[in-house]
Amino acid sequence: MGLKDINIGLSTGLVDLPEWEKSAAFKDYQELEAATAQEKSGGLGVWLARLEELVAIPVNWGRSNSVWPVTFGLACCAIEQIGSGMARFDISRFGSEVFRASPRQADVLIVSGRVSMKMAPVIKRVYDQLSCPKWVIAMGDCASCGGPFNNYAILQGVDKMLPVDVYVPGCPPRPEALFYGIMALQQKIRATEKLGVREKDS
Amino acid sequence: MEPIGIAKELQKKFPDSISEITTHRGQVALMVERTPIVEMCRVLKTDYQMNHLNCLCGVDNLSRKMAHGERFEVVYQLYSIQNRVTLRLKAQVPESDPSIDSITCLWSGANWLERETYDFFGIVFNGHPNLQRILTAEGWEGYPLRKEYALRGDTEWKGFIELKEKARQLSKFDFYGAQVEQE
Ligand code: SF4
Repeated sequence: MGLKDINIGLSTGLVDLPEWEKSAAFKDYQELEAATAQEKSGGLGVWLARLEELVAIPVNWGRSNSVWPVTFGLACCAIEQIGSGMARFDISRFGSEVFRASPRQADVLIVSGRVSMKMAPVIKRVYDQLSCPKWVIAMGDCASCGGPFNNYAILQGVDKMLPVDVYVPGCPPRPEALFYGIMALQQKIRATEKLGVREKDS
Repeated sequence: MEPIGIAKELQKKFPDSISEITTHRGQVALMVERTPIVEMCRVLKTDYQMNHLNCLCGVDNLSRKMAHGERFEVVYQLYSIQNRVTLRLKAQVPESDPSIDSITCLWSGANWLERETYDFFGIVFNGHPNLQRILTAEGWEGYPLRKEYALRGDTEWKGFIELKEKARQLSKFDFYGAQVEQE
C-alpha cells in the first residue's frame, strides 16, 4: 500500500487510522515531514551533515588504507618499528609503508619507545605539526604506561600529553603486534561516521 | 710499568695526598685528596703516558659504610694507550663543599663528563669553561643521582607543567577545538 493510496483511503474513509499509524509508510511519511520542516527552517546544515555522513564512508575507508606514519623512533621499540618496515614483515601490506620525513604529510604518530621528560615537548610539537585528521599509536609498554622505567626522567605514558588511539603492549612488541595495532586503528577509522572528527580529543 | 708500580711512585711524589692504594681483581685504585688532583693527573699524563681519560664520574657514598673518606667521590679512570695500563683515581669530595678542580686543561674530553657529574651529583668543577647541566631537561631542580633524591623526583618538572598548560590553551585553536569546548 503506497502513500498515495493511503491518502486517498484516509480521505474516503476506506482505511482506518490505527492501522495506518502502524504501517511502515507512515514512518516514511513522518520522516519526510520532519525533514521538510527542518529544511524550511534553514536546514541546509542538516543536509550537509547527511552528506558528510554519506561521504565519510568512502573517504574514511580510503584513509584507513593509507595511514602514513611519521618517521619517528625513540628507543628499543623503534628497532622493531624499523623491522616491521623491512621486507620480512613488510608494513606496506597494510598501506603504512610511507614513513614521511615531514609530520605535515603524515597521518599517524607511532610513539615507539620511552618518552623522556626532555623529549616530551619535542613530541608534542611533532604531534601538533601533523595535519588533521591525525592519530597516535602508543607502541610498547613505555609509551603506554612508563613500562619498566618508574622514575623521574620518564613520562609515565604518552597519554599524559597526547590523545592515544591504540595502545600496543609488549616490550618490545613484535612487528606482528604493531600490525595488529595498525589494523585496529584502521577499523577505528572505518567506523568513524564523521569526516574529520574523532570521538575524543585531548 | 705495572699500574701498581705507578701508584707506588705517585705515592712517593704526593705522600700527603694519597691515603690508600687498593687492588681489586688486578685493578689498582688510589684514594686521593681533591686539592692536588690537576697536578696529579698532569704528572700521570706526562711522566707515565697515561694519556687517555677513559671515564670520569661521580659516586655518592651516603649509605656505604666506610671507615674513612668523604660522602662524594669523583672517579677518574686513566689509560695509557702506549703501555696498556689502567689506573683509577678516587678523589674525595666532602658534602659540605662539593667542589673540585676541573681537569679540562689536560683533557678537553673531560668537559662533558664533568658537566654530567655536576648535573647528577651537584659537584662543582672549578675552572670549567661551561659548567651547565647536560642531560637533564632545562630548568631541572635537584641532583637525581644523590641518594636523597626521590625515585619519581620531588616535584613534576616545571617544563612539563608549562607544556600541559600550553597544550590546553592551544586546543582551543585546533581542528577539533569546537568539540573539545563542548565536552
Ligand atoms: S617498551 Fe621495552 S622495548 Fe619498548 S622502549 Fe620500552 S623498554 Fe624498550
